[in-house]
Amino acid sequence: MTAPPSPDEGLTAAQLAAKYGLAVSGARPALREYVRQLWGRRHFIMAFSRAKLASQYSQAKLGQLWQVATPLLNAAVYFMIFGLLLDAGRGMSKEVYIPFLVTGVFVFTFTQSSVMTGVRAISGNLGLVRALHFPRASLPISFALQQLQQLLYSMLVLFLVVIGFGSYPDASWALIVPVLVLQFCFNSGLALIFARAGAKTPDLAQLMPFVMRTWMYASGVMFSIPVFLADKPQWVANILQWNPAAIYMDLMRFALIEEYGAENLPAHVWAVAGGWAALVALGGFVYFWQAEERYGRG
Amino acid sequence: MVEPLPGQRIPTVIADEVHIVYRVNGAKSGKGSATAALSRIVKRGRGAGEERGVRKVHAVRGVSFVAHRGEAVGLIGSNGSGKSTLLRAIAGLLPPESGKVYTDGQPSLLGVNAALMNDLTGERNVTLGGLAMGMSREQIKERYQEIVDFSGINEKGDFITLPMRTYSSGMQARLRFSIAAAKDHDVLMIDEALATGDAKFRGRSEERIRELREHAGTVFLVSHSNKSIRDTCDRVLWLERGELRLDGPTEEVMREYEKFSGK
Repeated sequence: MTAPPSPDEGLTAAQLAAKYGLAVSGARPALREYVRQLWGRRHFIMAFSRAKLASQYSQAKLGQLWQVATPLLNAAVYFMIFGLLLDAGRGMSKEVYIPFLVTGVFVFTFTQSSVMTGVRAISGNLGLVRALHFPRASLPISFALQQLQQLLYSMLVLFLVVIGFGSYPDASWALIVPVLVLQFCFNSGLALIFARAGAKTPDLAQLMPFVMRTWMYASGVMFSIPVFLADKPQWVANILQWNPAAIYMDLMRFALIEEYGAENLPAHVWAVAGGWAALVALGGFVYFWQAEERYGRG
Repeated sequence: MVEPLPGQRIPTVIADEVHIVYRVNGAKSGKGSATAALSRIVKRGRGAGEERGVRKVHAVRGVSFVAHRGEAVGLIGSNGSGKSTLLRAIAGLLPPESGKVYTDGQPSLLGVNAALMNDLTGERNVTLGGLAMGMSREQIKERYQEIVDFSGINEKGDFITLPMRTYSSGMQARLRFSIAAAKDHDVLMIDEALATGDAKFRGRSEERIRELREHAGTVFLVSHSNKSIRDTCDRVLWLERGELRLDGPTEEVMREYEKFSGK
């Protein structure tokens, strides 16, 4: 292509852009490129999640001690209501039920707060989205990561409770790691899905607490599904037990509590746990990426 | 891509009939009560074409221009005329309703405020802000001292290790600017009110903006200060009510603008 004296005369904007190799600003990158960009921002994702976590209690006198004190108080409240008043631990001894309950609460809270922060990940950070460039998936993933770190603090409390009720560390405790990895993948996927939905419809932030509470009661956080549903058809119990929240709770209990044996787990539990994690993480990621260029609109 | 001939102007930013519309929830005229909101939802159910309960603000209406390498373009216009919105669209942060923006590389907005957290120490905010702008950990480490020195936060004692909420508003603005200005950009966009702080700091930041300009291919500057537009820009776009009213050499446009605004 040779350039006459005034070569750009009469070209349309698109032709001019093509001629000089300009690209559409803010266009969505291809999926592979998007993953690469996201990986390039891994330090930002880590720093952002840690900063959020640290700023949470920075004005409190006890400071970061609340990271541990909050789950401890939570466990105490649930113990009082369900362990002492309601005696929901039918079919379980106190030595099993209390760790069972506390594990359930902490593991479910991890998923619950990932969803709740996910809903606001974009809509609550529009200022950031409209000021700087970065793959938007950084935000929901970062919030899920913040919840994971929060859970790790809670695990300290959980270890104390479990040991206090007579289950000592053994080989099965190693299962904690794969359970956490799978649940984190699942939660990140959920956070991505709800981040996109919440960016479009901020009202979800009002609705989700009720959905999450229903989910919590249906997942057997404070009761054993097989025991409580013994007189219902088997398929009802199966559905409840195969729901991802119940799966991750049961696996964590199985890992930690000595007397909570494999007979409490549904069939194919690891396959189901992995399947949920892969399905929701990949599906959520692609679903979120598809609206990447629109998040700034609010 | 073609080899540029000497003296030929290379476009770096092309805006083609850009329209930008904001959607604002809960600002529809009418009473703000719950029953009014409910009746709006019911009405929407009957299938009116337009989204109900959402008000549209047409902030930029059909703006087209071509900016070239080496140009410093000023954006002027009264408050709410769409200057900042247009900048965000050029940066690709706000998708246009219709029309397209083409750019050479990734334009960046000089602003990092939204990534910083007031509950964290200045130190951590420097790192966080740098990472948010896409700098690597090594780059931040390299520039850290420079950023802190530039902000002058530590001139009156060790403030950088205190949470940012304990800073005076001037100190906060200085640290924000220092972080934002730590990175070099291809296409740089500067929104007004960046040069804050006391006279000494203002001088330093104007100096820094000049430096950034020299490194950047193209600079956009939004400002209400006619003086700083005249000092820095060789071309001016005048926006009024979202429309491009005038586009030309600084002096020409500024004369018209001053006539318009009655100065």
